[in-house]
Amino acid sequence: MTPTKHIEMLNVRKAFRFFTLEDLSLNLEPGQIMGLVGPNGAGKSTTIRLLTGLLAPDAGEIRVLGHAMPEAQALAKRDIGFVSDEMRLFGHATFGWHMKFISSIYPDWDEQYAKTLVQRFGLRPEQNVSGLSSGEHVKAVLLLALARRPRLLILDEPTSGLDPVARHELLSEFMDVLRDENRSILFSSHNTVDVERISDRITFIDRGRLIDSSDKEDFLERWRRIQLQLPAGATLPDLPHLVSRVDDGQFVTLTTNRYSEDLLAFLGNGVRQVQRMNLEEIFVANVMHHRELRGK
Amino acid sequence: MYSGINISQTDARPMYQQIMEQIRARIAAGDWPAGKELPSIRALAAALSVSVITTKRAYLDLENEGVIVTRHGKGSFVADVNGLAGELQEEKLDEHLAAAAGIGQQLGLSDEDLAARLRRAIRNVDKK
Repeated sequence: MTPTKHIEMLNVRKAFRFFTLEDLSLNLEPGQIMGLVGPNGAGKSTTIRLLTGLLAPDAGEIRVLGHAMPEAQALAKRDIGFVSDEMRLFGHATFGWHMKFISSIYPDWDEQYAKTLVQRFGLRPEQNVSGLSSGEHVKAVLLLALARRPRLLILDEPTSGLDPVARHELLSEFMDVLRDENRSILFSSHNTVDVERISDRITFIDRGRLIDSSDKEDFLERWRRIQLQLPAGATLPDLPHLVSRVDDGQFVTLTTNRYSEDLLAFLGNGVRQVQRMNLEEIFVANVMHHRELRGK
Repeated sequence: MYSGINISQTDARPMYQQIMEQIRARIAAGDWPAGKELPSIRALAAALSVSVITTKRAYLDLENEGVIVTRHGKGSFVADVNGLAGELQEEKLDEHLAAAAGIGQQLGLSDEDLAARLRRAIRNVDKK
């Protein structure tokens, strides 16, 4: 038997007055981290709200940890840890009070792990949460989710607004969660450096549509920028699988999302340079390419 | 936690190649002798804060190069650097042969047919 997928979205649609999430399908297997990447207003938060039962889809199917959403959300939520930077704590209560409160609701609360995290994150249980800095606030909310040891962590922009040290601490903690191959993480971000580093799968969305979803290594292998110099007077025929092509006299810059040795052999002697692309470059090229296609 | 390996995001090489190169260096220097068990993929991924898929890719490629040997459910080990048929590689060979014998049986091949196919495979390797 194949293990239950932690996230399954099939042809999901959710319409608002000025924005529609359309035909969104994605899967997350246990033991994986998925980075959900998109520009502002792409639909990342809407996707996360659908996954956490805060919104119901107009069409399509959503299952989280095998439970239909939003119908069976009470069951699913026992095993989902959800963190967003919009989350508020009770300002006049201490952080220790919050830990006690959450541990009274969730039987799987791991007191020992909570103590370790308090140390690691440098938090003070006796402090009122109204006095926390924004970085400490994110860590506090994240600790409350992590110490429940949920099978699925859903994190909405967890590292935005954090300093580099705090970001490093958080990323290490996420990877620590993944030592257990039955747990998984979905996190949204527009910080492609973080996503490139820790994600196993990457999903790009833009303007309410999925534009690409695949293994990270697969993305990095498929995309290349190729610089060519053509003999004077020669022209390059139309090529398949090009995302962009810029001609500048004898010099041509190609961007492809289907790089192969065959393509290189076909281009022959004119090839001056083949460059790998980082995730940020792939992301931008991908978004621009799809906007162009949709514009036509 | 093992964290002697460094991953640079300003290095033009992909992260999996950086991991491979640093593992190769440790083996070449003798710090990691033949037969030494490597950290598990998930443990190394956690130690480096690098995705599991990247670490897995590095291990797979090292395995294809014959630098390490992975035994299912047991872990990955440094292979015999001299290319001599080390104990681990022999075990690996036996595993593959057992799997081939199993498939042969499923297909209803006779022992002789299966052996003939192995001889043909050997000839094909020689041609390369």
